[in-house]
Amino acid sequence: MTMDSIALSRQMLDGDHMIVNFGPSHPTTHGTLRIVLELEGETIIRATPEMGYLHRGVEKLGESLSYQQFIPLTDRLNYCSSIMNNVGYACAVEKLLGIEIPKRAQQIRVLVSELARIADHIVCVGVNAVDIGAFTAFLYLFKQRETVYDLFEMAAGQRLHTSFTRIGGLFRDIPEGFVPLTERFLVECEAAVDECERLLTHNPIWYNRTKGIGAISPEDAVNSGYTGPCLRAAGVPQDLRKAQPYLGYETYDFDIPVGTTGDVFDRYLVRIEEMRQSLRIIRQVLDRLEPGPVIVDDYKVALPPKEKVYTRMESLIHHFKLIMHGIDMPVGEVYSATEAANGELGFYLVSDGGKNPYRIRVRPPCLPIFSSFEEQVKGCLIADAVAVLGAMNIIAGELDR
Amino acid sequence: MIIEHIDAQLPGAITDRHDFRGDQTVVVAKGNLLALVDLLHREGFQLLVDITAVDWPDRPETHGVGRFDVVYHWLNLASQERLRVKVPVADGETVPTLTGRFKTADWFEREVFDLFGIRFEGHPNLKRLLTWDDFQGHALRKDFPLDGGDPFCMEGCTAPYNNGERARG
Repeated sequence: MTMDSIALSRQMLDGDHMIVNFGPSHPTTHGTLRIVLELEGETIIRATPEMGYLHRGVEKLGESLSYQQFIPLTDRLNYCSSIMNNVGYACAVEKLLGIEIPKRAQQIRVLVSELARIADHIVCVGVNAVDIGAFTAFLYLFKQRETVYDLFEMAAGQRLHTSFTRIGGLFRDIPEGFVPLTERFLVECEAAVDECERLLTHNPIWYNRTKGIGAISPEDAVNSGYTGPCLRAAGVPQDLRKAQPYLGYETYDFDIPVGTTGDVFDRYLVRIEEMRQSLRIIRQVLDRLEPGPVIVDDYKVALPPKEKVYTRMESLIHHFKLIMHGIDMPVGEVYSATEAANGELGFYLVSDGGKNPYRIRVRPPCLPIFSSFEEQVKGCLIADAVAVLGAMNIIAGELDR
Repeated sequence: MIIEHIDAQLPGAITDRHDFRGDQTVVVAKGNLLALVDLLHREGFQLLVDITAVDWPDRPETHGVGRFDVVYHWLNLASQERLRVKVPVADGETVPTLTGRFKTADWFEREVFDLFGIRFEGHPNLKRLLTWDDFQGHALRKDFPLDGGDPFCMEGCTAPYNNGERARG
């Protein structure tokens, strides 16, 4: 956006309107994004989102990296729940390859995905409350988020940028001590979510600040490309885990919470309930977790174990071929979508049979949601814009790619 | 299933189709796009999931085949059926905008314009989305250098902060 389109000239013409820059480095903007607000008093007349401050050219970089090398870049899409991006990307490549991963790998992927969903919703709900002025719920929830990141550190060696998946499975099995800590987390998180609900759900200030703000009809939500909690809050029961199950989600017993009005309050309620449902899924995963390999036994896709590389000729060759020439990819194109914490995270891969993807497209869930921002805040107060932005859960890393 | 409907109601619109790993893909000429979109909307494909493009610089520009494929993904929320629609377009050609039908199309089309330089005819606000207005070139074209070429991409930049001078780097 150039200087003149910020409407400085208009401000001179019409002294009643004030232009306020919201961001790019405002603490409530959830990353570096900027919204130019045109105000009359405290009422928003126009809101022009401007993005791209965190544009890294992930899709361009992907064209020069091998399929495996792209995994660390997926961490940095939605950095609040990076493991889900790893899972979504790995599922897309596996769809392109047409392979099925081992049962245990699927179960662990579900386990970590649901943990990540809880962590993501904690950030969204907690920070949304902080933005509006309720600091306490944030502290209760963030203790649980720490546990989730401790679990990720145990599993992947990294708290945030996990890079936990590999094409065909996982980087490694979950370590000893992971399951007991998760069991403890299930109990503590349940209590923390209840506590958060006690702090917020019937809190009149929270209710007044969020009820009716950012309301959207189901038709508008679908037309604007909403997915995930924001769409479900508007009353559309669309969840890819149920609608188009992947990783064996059809075998788990869980419900999809649905709102009615799509406002900030409903989005909050949907997220709270989704955390409970995720805890339910994690409980079921822990109950049925069965021993076995966590990566496919196909050395044309996944690296052979190190001891075999050191001792067997064929494994050494496989290792060399896989590192130097990459996976033997079929020619074709696939679109694979998973239900990430914000909505439908899609990967569109075009392969020309080479070592690198010919085109790799990330379909970020929050871009279409954010594009309706102006409609949602027009006529609201400036403080409502903060509430709406928080409830949309915009993550700039995923928005700008 | 939707493909039979398209065949029945818009005979000859589909110029090519394939089904790979369960993904249905149809190729249509850009002249038939709006009619197809109306049909899809009627048939329940109301969630426009994604718009993107793929650059094929080496593809010969014969009749009906261009350098780019504009790729649309639709989802039918009732039947959970997905459909991919590809529209070939030559460099410099425009594609009709879908903003009249789908609000999602607004930013997705801006992004495609930004990164590929494909113009969408009738778009109300076709500006760059991710890069800045003075940015030279279109980053996702295959002939755009991976390192961005000029370190600050300031060639031809007229923004006030550097008086039109090229940045030193």
